[in-house]
Amino acid sequence: MSQVILFLSDLIIPLTFAGILMYAFSKKVPVYDNFIVGAKEGFLTVFGIAPTIVGLMVAVGMLRASGAFDMLSYLVSPLTNFLGYPTEAVPLTLMRLVSSSASTGLLLDLFELHGPDSFLGRFVSVMMSSTETVFYTMSIYFMSIKITKTRFTLAGALLANFAGVALSLWITNYLY
Amino acid sequence: MLNNLWGGMILLAIVVALFTGNIPALTNAAIESARDAITLCITMLGIMSMWAGLMTVAEKAGLVQALAHRARPLLRYLFPDLGKDHPAHEPIATNFIANILGLGWAATPSGLRAMKVMQEENPQKDTATRSMRMFMVINMSSLQLVTISVVAYRMQYGSANPSEIIGPGLIVTAITTVIAVAFCKILDGLEHSKERISAPVREKNIRFQSANVRGVRS
Repeated sequence: MSQVILFLSDLIIPLTFAGILMYAFSKKVPVYDNFIVGAKEGFLTVFGIAPTIVGLMVAVGMLRASGAFDMLSYLVSPLTNFLGYPTEAVPLTLMRLVSSSASTGLLLDLFELHGPDSFLGRFVSVMMSSTETVFYTMSIYFMSIKITKTRFTLAGALLANFAGVALSLWITNYLY
Repeated sequence: MLNNLWGGMILLAIVVALFTGNIPALTNAAIESARDAITLCITMLGIMSMWAGLMTVAEKAGLVQALAHRARPLLRYLFPDLGKDHPAHEPIATNFIANILGLGWAATPSGLRAMKVMQEENPQKDTATRSMRMFMVINMSSLQLVTISVVAYRMQYGSANPSEIIGPGLIVTAITTVIAVAFCKILDGLEHSKERISAPVREKNIRFQSANVRGVRS
């Protein structure tokens, strides 16, 4: 089973290429021209978010150097030890719900400290791919149509994200 | 929100450093992080250009619309209140599929339009409908199949196999989406039975359903 899951990882990008290209050929769409148009957009997107990444990585880097994360880890370690949750991942887990770019800063900080192929690095990679910025999304969508009573929408979103965190930890344990 | 968050993070770092004696380390941390950020962006330029290019091929070939069309039976199951061929179906399906493919720029406009269309028929304008709740919870349960940015970050930090997390991420994403749907369906059912109690219908059912309602409140 774990072999299948890891094989899926190797397969998905070639499969995506194959599927999209075959579909585009069947619709007689100029594939390379469109690829160039999109690649330029992707290039400009990264160019556009570069200042955000600089800003947030500086803030996260300073926070780490100040010792604030160590203090937070010390404070939450009784709880995380009890739950069997990696203490280092606590700031990222919380920030993930609020801001996508700020949590990216924290993710990169963990990669630098522990390496992307460590247990922690793999766990946070899976977690980042299967959780969402709940508070940000909620506020944008509901504010756009002025809804204030959301009838447990937040509870449902938090439940799904909590499950995402727990399952990421479980699957990383299972695979590695 | 990021204004306060960002400013707060840096001020907090300085205050904590004053107490822990880490002030000298702050300068290096700031300068090194700024440099690392740009190195990272250079790696990302290549990978994100490739992915956005591929996704544009899919978009221009009409893959999003084709999948949205196929998804109609599923939409009828998820949003029974909307009925058959509702005008909100199209933006909902586009939003889901754009999210699944990781087309963030296509997901937000269609998502906002879906909410607007559903709001038009909403009798209580300040309260979310069941369909809105289902849409939002699924949307926030994470749908994206391949988080290519995480693969790019892993590559930048020297992972031996940057894409190995795609498979596990996909499985977890699928399960959380099922949990999101189940949550909304169960809540729909509970609210429905609660509404039926208030109307005096069949006496036998009332006793059974009031037990349900007590379960919700506890």
